Amino acid sequence: MTAPLTAGANPFQDRETGRRLIARIGEKLDRLGATERKPVRLMEICGGHTHTIFRHGLSGVLPAGLEFLHGPGCPVCVLPMGRIDDCVAIAEDPRVIFTTFGDAMRVPGSKKSLMQAKADGADIRMVYSPLDALELARRNPDREVVFFGLGFETTMPSTALTVLKAEREGIANFSLFCNHITIIPTIRAVLDTPGMMVDGFIGPGHVSMVIGLKPYRFIASQYDRPLVVTGFEPLDVLQSVWMLLDQIDRGVVEIQNQYARVVPEEGNPQANAAIDAVFETRPFFEWRGLGSIDESGVAIRERFARFDAERRFAVRSPAVAEPDSCQCGGVLTGTVKPWQCPLFGGACTPESPVGALMVSSEGACAAYHQYGGLRKGAA
Amino acid sequence: MSSNDNHSSPRAAAPRRRVQVPTVTIAHGGGGSAMRDLVEDVFVGAFGDGGAPLEDQARLPMADLLARGDRLAFTTDSFVVHPLEFPGGDIGKLAVCGTVNDLSVGGAVPVALSCAVVIEEGLEVETLRRIARSIAATAEAAGVRVVTGDTKVVARGACDRLFINTSGVGVIRQGLELGIANARPGDAVIINGPLGDHGAAILAARGELAIDAPVASDCAPLNGLIAALLAAVPGTRLLRDATRGGLAAVLNEMAEASRVGVRLDEDAIPVRAEVRGFCELLGLDPLYLGNEGVAVAVVPADRADAALAALHAHPLGAMAARIGTVTDERPGRVVMDTPFGGTRMVDLLVGDPLPRIC
Amino acid sequence: MCLGIPGRIVAITDAEAMMATVDVSGVRRSVDVTCVAPKDGPLDGLVGRWTLVHVGFAMSLIDEEEAKATLAILHEIGEANAEIAAFAGEVA
Repeated sequence: MTAPLTAGANPFQDRETGRRLIARIGEKLDRLGATERKPVRLMEICGGHTHTIFRHGLSGVLPAGLEFLHGPGCPVCVLPMGRIDDCVAIAEDPRVIFTTFGDAMRVPGSKKSLMQAKADGADIRMVYSPLDALELARRNPDREVVFFGLGFETTMPSTALTVLKAEREGIANFSLFCNHITIIPTIRAVLDTPGMMVDGFIGPGHVSMVIGLKPYRFIASQYDRPLVVTGFEPLDVLQSVWMLLDQIDRGVVEIQNQYARVVPEEGNPQANAAIDAVFETRPFFEWRGLGSIDESGVAIRERFARFDAERRFAVRSPAVAEPDSCQCGGVLTGTVKPWQCPLFGGACTPESPVGALMVSSEGACAAYHQYGGLRKGAA
Repeated sequence: MSSNDNHSSPRAAAPRRRVQVPTVTIAHGGGGSAMRDLVEDVFVGAFGDGGAPLEDQARLPMADLLARGDRLAFTTDSFVVHPLEFPGGDIGKLAVCGTVNDLSVGGAVPVALSCAVVIEEGLEVETLRRIARSIAATAEAAGVRVVTGDTKVVARGACDRLFINTSGVGVIRQGLELGIANARPGDAVIINGPLGDHGAAILAARGELAIDAPVASDCAPLNGLIAALLAAVPGTRLLRDATRGGLAAVLNEMAEASRVGVRLDEDAIPVRAEVRGFCELLGLDPLYLGNEGVAVAVVPADRADAALAALHAHPLGAMAARIGTVTDERPGRVVMDTPFGGTRMVDLLVGDPLPRIC
Repeated sequence: MCLGIPGRIVAITDAEAMMATVDVSGVRRSVDVTCVAPKDGPLDGLVGRWTLVHVGFAMSLIDEEEAKATLAILHEIGEANAEIAAFAGEVA
């Protein structure tokens, strides 16, 4: 397939198909007796899906008997303040060129964001890829180039392969500040939340192309909830909604793959090999809004210690208390709606975020603030 | 460092002086002969010699202005773009277009510009010559004169190679009343060309993202296009150029000032395929990218076709489109109908759009 | 999370370093193809293939048959009588 997979003439954005799908979803919800007061609640784990839902206005066109809960899958949003403080401390070392994805620039630390640190004189550069950071290291042999690695399993292979490349080329002035987190303990944390209301999961598409489908099996077998691995086009999300409702309707609980064009059942072996070579599980990792989650993060293995910014720089990861009355944790687990937080839109806005979910455009609160308004007013 | 130096030569008959060194130094801002060499070489070289004696100010005959309208429009803008030269333009072209367009969207016919440059020592003289020639060529294309200027040289690190400020005056003809608060429910929202070309071209040209995008800035003087529109639709309510903050910023400002809502039709908004590709790769939204040749026009609904016909007949309006409607719903808010039949808010961004990976 | 964009591999630029050029609507970027490289055999077979690009890495080859199958199911759900709908759910 050629043109159809690019934007523009994209068949996964076809309005007419979407309209019919929405009608079928409505019929399913009616059969299930779902209403606005008693909706079917589906959680999209991944911030990319949150973005698709708001970007295309999907909440507004779907029947009121369906409610989206926006899950913890935005790695920027769940980064604790202490780690941003670490980034700032590393970046302010005059030897360092600190490189980061654009997403992390505005995330507040306890004292400042990376953007503020840049304004204060730190050499901080936005890059598109960890490979670009490695290139900066090649070109600046007299400087220490640190890459701020964050993200779930989707992004891990890219930083792992970059470290392997650095080792192969013997690049001595490159290191990775590893803040990667893993999806499965995160989902487990949501499932274990008291009062958890999720009826089914719209599963992360790009994490799954790395890890495959098998790691999700426990969600069906132990927690009796369905999950459908889903692509990021509007029709992908609608199809998955339909598939989840159809499972509920048929009384089955399964892990399904709507995104088979990208996600192989077994994941990506080369990507997993790179991850295994470079990273090992941390005993626990601190999340903003969710607290500490066991085995939810990875660190760089001893063998690659010289590429580990945590070992090369004095990284203290200070414990920074969450701001008072911030409800990010509740929002992440689906027990609190963004606008139910006392800070939403008042003390906490995209201009001056208090909670992490107001920071990234994929954070549930920022998304509601930017695109939402409409639905919230109606609901 | 220097007083105002009018960019015309006091010594019309003598051969023009040339800068003999490859880069600008602090001496070129010192008010002495080095500075005179620079001004004559670079600016007089580009703008030609008006033959007028050097004064500390330009003098514009009132009678000429009064014959063309009843109000003087006056605007200023500073340009700090990095890199200085990019596909589709350079800082000089941008400086002329920016000020010409700021005058034009007020309905003013641009008459004269000032041009002040702040040069970081070390800038190549040849680069400065190219940019000065670009200023001259763009001014000529727009039918305006650069009548006064100023040159400063600052120490390395005090600016980024070259900053330019242009101010401009223009004349608004009697009876023409364009204003950001004039939009009324039912009006049509029209733009003359595709969104995001400039923003994407600049981001790509910086090279930091290592993305090769066949995108050129849309940087262009819009006064001719706007004159054609105003001739066809004298009842145009308002015009704005969608520069920093993109279309989203202009429409939010208008919605607030006019106390109206705006409803956009996403399908109708022109964006080039390559700009769309660039945005997808980086997670950017063309609604927020800056433009330097896109004007937003609001016209009464029954004049929308006439406005589009006038724009389509102009080379800078070939892709003109009606992209939305002014409404009385949700005053102060801009919403967009998505191709899916959904609706999303189009709010202001906090700052620059940042490339995102998640 | 994890912005991934379909792009087409148009050239192998450095086989040893596993680097290729990907085209997204005319926009080009150099990407690492380690994750989609064939187990044995040259990288040239990748040229012309669609891939999912994330932060400068080709992360998955897009399976055109699966894409067609998903679209077919989408249309079937849209047409929807109960049998087709149930069938679609099982196939997906």
